[in-house]
Amino acid sequence: MNQIKRIAGIVWILLALAAAYCCIFIFGVPKMASGKQEDLVFGIIILFVLTPIIVGGLFTFGYYALKGEYDTMA
Amino acid sequence: MWSIIGASSVGTLIEWYDFYLFGSLAPVLATKFFPQTNPTAAFLSTLATFAAGFVVRPFGALVFGRLGDMIGRKYTFMLTLLLMGGATFLIGCIPAYETIGFLAPLLVLLLRLLQGLALGGEYGGAATYVAEHSPAGKRGYWTSWIQTTATIGLFVSLVVILITRGSMTKPDFDSWGWRVPFWISIFMVLISYIIRRKMHESPLFAKAKAEGKTSTNPLKESFGNRYNLKFVLLALFGAAMGQGVVWYTGQFYAMSFIGKVCNIESAQTDSLMAVALLMGTPFFVVFGGLSDKIGRKGIMMAGMLVAILAYRPIYQKIFTTASVKGRTEITANLTQNMEAKTLPNGDSTYHYNTTHFYEDGTKYSYDSTVTVLKDATKEAVKPKIAKAITLNSGDKWTIIWLVWIQVIFVTMVYGPIAAFLVEMFPVKIRYTSMSLPYHVGNGIFGGLLPTVATYLATRGKESGDPTWYLNGLWYPIIIAAVSLAIGLLYINGRDKNVHD
Repeated sequence: MNQIKRIAGIVWILLALAAAYCCIFIFGVPKMASGKQEDLVFGIIILFVLTPIIVGGLFTFGYYALKGEYDTMA
Repeated sequence: MWSIIGASSVGTLIEWYDFYLFGSLAPVLATKFFPQTNPTAAFLSTLATFAAGFVVRPFGALVFGRLGDMIGRKYTFMLTLLLMGGATFLIGCIPAYETIGFLAPLLVLLLRLLQGLALGGEYGGAATYVAEHSPAGKRGYWTSWIQTTATIGLFVSLVVILITRGSMTKPDFDSWGWRVPFWISIFMVLISYIIRRKMHESPLFAKAKAEGKTSTNPLKESFGNRYNLKFVLLALFGAAMGQGVVWYTGQFYAMSFIGKVCNIESAQTDSLMAVALLMGTPFFVVFGGLSDKIGRKGIMMAGMLVAILAYRPIYQKIFTTASVKGRTEITANLTQNMEAKTLPNGDSTYHYNTTHFYEDGTKYSYDSTVTVLKDATKEAVKPKIAKAITLNSGDKWTIIWLVWIQVIFVTMVYGPIAAFLVEMFPVKIRYTSMSLPYHVGNGIFGGLLPTVATYLATRGKESGDPTWYLNGLWYPIIIAAVSLAIGLLYINGRDKNVHD
């Protein structure tokens, strides 16, 4: 089971990178470039709030999983 | 125990009531404070909606979580209550844009930010306070009462607005009556404050404080310490993130889908949502109590799984049930009206209404307003289109049950989560550590759901996808699936100790 948890850590890291691509190039930048004010606020929130949380958080989580930090959960 | 639950729940309910008032009265507030003709005011409006709802809540969790772990749960969640009540009352007192100009939207934005901060601090305090009073083996049951407050708060805000609207004329409500629900808040907050003031500090926190075991820097210990940070990340990605999107889909996206995509008439949308919410609310307590017996993880993960599998069939069924296609029209009853008006500036408007009646009792009203400008050199105004379907009783109940099923999913993931989060973290950093993942999961992952889902659906429609109306569901489905996988794999679920 611990081996699966560690291998899955790589999946979470890859998922973080995929999320970064989606947040920046599919949601964030196109919204900010649309010229509408509503879209601008939405784009800013996606880029500067959601993206760091998903990418940073999921990457760190994946890294911890890969390093075996979750092997011995209480 | 009931007095502790009552005092905690009423305060939290009032905070949700205050928070939802802004959203429920958004159309009126827009005309008073955020005129769309003024780009800066319109920008502030968008900021008020997004910033307070999503961005500020996690900051409130950090600010008040830290206080709660240092000076105590009781004083902190009394502070958040007063802050929320004061901000709500003051929103009801701000003169309109036409009286004080730009200052009006700015003040509303500031007060709205305070509301977001207060909400970010309230929930963690109430959940921690109740959990730390609860006997072992009953923690899920007692904390689930706190979980009902978010849904009841929305319900109460809708009821107060309906009663206020019903007790005066529409011009009076639009002129000053909209302020009444905000003013009422201060009375509710004062009563709740008096009740809460008599409460004792949480026994576990009081003991830790007496023994000098409280944290001097909860933020550093929660997020700067690798051991605790890994639990915070697990709580976020393995539970709160999935719970947040399931909650927002069942409670808010369903409402938006029925009203805006299916074009169900707004009063009927409100009423069927209210009925479904009321019928579903007791299940928060059912699943909270059940989590004490069979475990929290199993119920929450099952809730996510059934939501992932059922969302697309449920929304497909809602869409087809609400459609007028295939119904037999009573052509003799078809009504068509046209009204022409000349505006003071010389422009003309033509309002067309067509109403179709169907044999099963359904009604479909189609309104369009065309504006013809006096100055032909100006850019033409887009025609305004409004569709409203009023369903017959049978179809209305079909949709109520379909929303109710989603509320059940919400109760499965949300009912046990307060106890789950509380049990995950030690006393000295509990308030801080549990508040942040909760508000990031709900405020950010959940709060962005309506906007992201609408964006996905619009893209699907523009690209000619025949099932474009289901595309918005990919957001909650993917987020919940990731959360389910992480939760199943990494959450142990056996830690029921709150004394550590």
